[in-house]
Amino acid sequence: MLKGKTAIISGASRGIGAAVAERLASLGADVALIYGENAAAAAEVEERCRVYGGKAESYRCDVAHFDAVKETVKRIRADFGAVHLLVNNAGITKDGLIATMSEADYDRVLDVNLKGAFNLIRHCTGLFLRSREGCIINIASVSGLMGNAGQANYSASKAGLIGLTKSVARELAPRGVRCNAVAPGFIRTDMTGQLTAQSQHMLEQIPLGTAGSPEDVAEAVAYLATARYVTGEVLKVDGGLAM
Amino acid sequence: MLFETIAKLIAERTECDQNEVKMESTFTELGIDSLDTVELLMSLEDALGQEIELDQKVETVGDLVEFIQSKTQE
Repeated sequence: MLKGKTAIISGASRGIGAAVAERLASLGADVALIYGENAAAAAEVEERCRVYGGKAESYRCDVAHFDAVKETVKRIRADFGAVHLLVNNAGITKDGLIATMSEADYDRVLDVNLKGAFNLIRHCTGLFLRSREGCIINIASVSGLMGNAGQANYSASKAGLIGLTKSVARELAPRGVRCNAVAPGFIRTDMTGQLTAQSQHMLEQIPLGTAGSPEDVAEAVAYLATARYVTGEVLKVDGGLAM
Repeated sequence: MLFETIAKLIAERTECDQNEVKMESTFTELGIDSLDTVELLMSLEDALGQEIELDQKVETVGDLVEFIQSKTQE
C-alpha cells in the first residue's frame, strides 16, 4: 500500500516510534529512522524493517535543533530521493508539579516534543510541495486533550502539537498535503514505565480496562497514512479514556 | 537573466504570456498566492541549483529578483 513511498519517523529507536516504523515498512514503505541516543536500538529496528524488503536507514539527530534537522532531512533526501510521509513521534517527559517545575524541564520538553515537530515539518514541507503529495502525522497524547496533573510541560507540548496539526492541515490542504494527529492514551512503553505510582489509578479510568500497546498506535498511523480524505483530525487511541 | 527565469516560471504556473510579467507586477495581480510564491521559490531553487531561504515578504516580481540577487551575492 505504501510501496515506493519514503517515511521519516522520529523517535524511532523504541516504543511507539519503533512500532510505527515496522508497521509502515510492513506496508511496503522505505523508512528513515531518526533517533536521539540509542544507536544500537535504532539498528535493531532498522533490521526488523528490512525484513519486509524495503530500504531502512537510521539517523542520529536532536530534533530540537533547527539546523541539525535541516541537515538530517537533506541527508535523507540524498539517500532516499524523496520523502512522502512524516511521523513526528519523538517525545520526552520531565514530569513534576507546576509549583516546582524548573524552567529547564519545561523548555526541554517543549523543545523536543513541539519544536521538534515544527522543525521536521518545516524542512519536509518543501519536499511535499515539490511532489504535490505528502502526509504528516503527529503523535500527540490524550494529555494534550485532558491535561494531566504533574505533566504541565508535556500536556502543553501535546496540546500545542494539536494546534500545529490543524494549522498545517489547513495551510497545505490546497496542495494535497494532509496533516493529522494521533492521541494515544496509556500505552505500555519505556516512557510510561516510569509512571508506576499513578499507573494503577490510570488503568482503572480506562473504559476498555487495559493499557494499549505501541502496535495499537502504529495501526492508527497506518490508517491515517492511507486515509486520503482525512486531514486535521485527532485520532484518539486510548481505550475510551478521553471520551 | 534572473528576471527571465522567474517570468518563465510564473508564465508556466499561471498559463499567461511571459511578456505580461513585468518587474513591477505584484504576485496578487498575477494570480499567485503566498503558497504559490513558496512553490515558485522551490522551482527557482531547482532551476538555479541554489538554496533560497525566503525570510521577508515579497510583493512584486522585482522584489523577488532583488531578494534573490542579494542572497546570491552573500
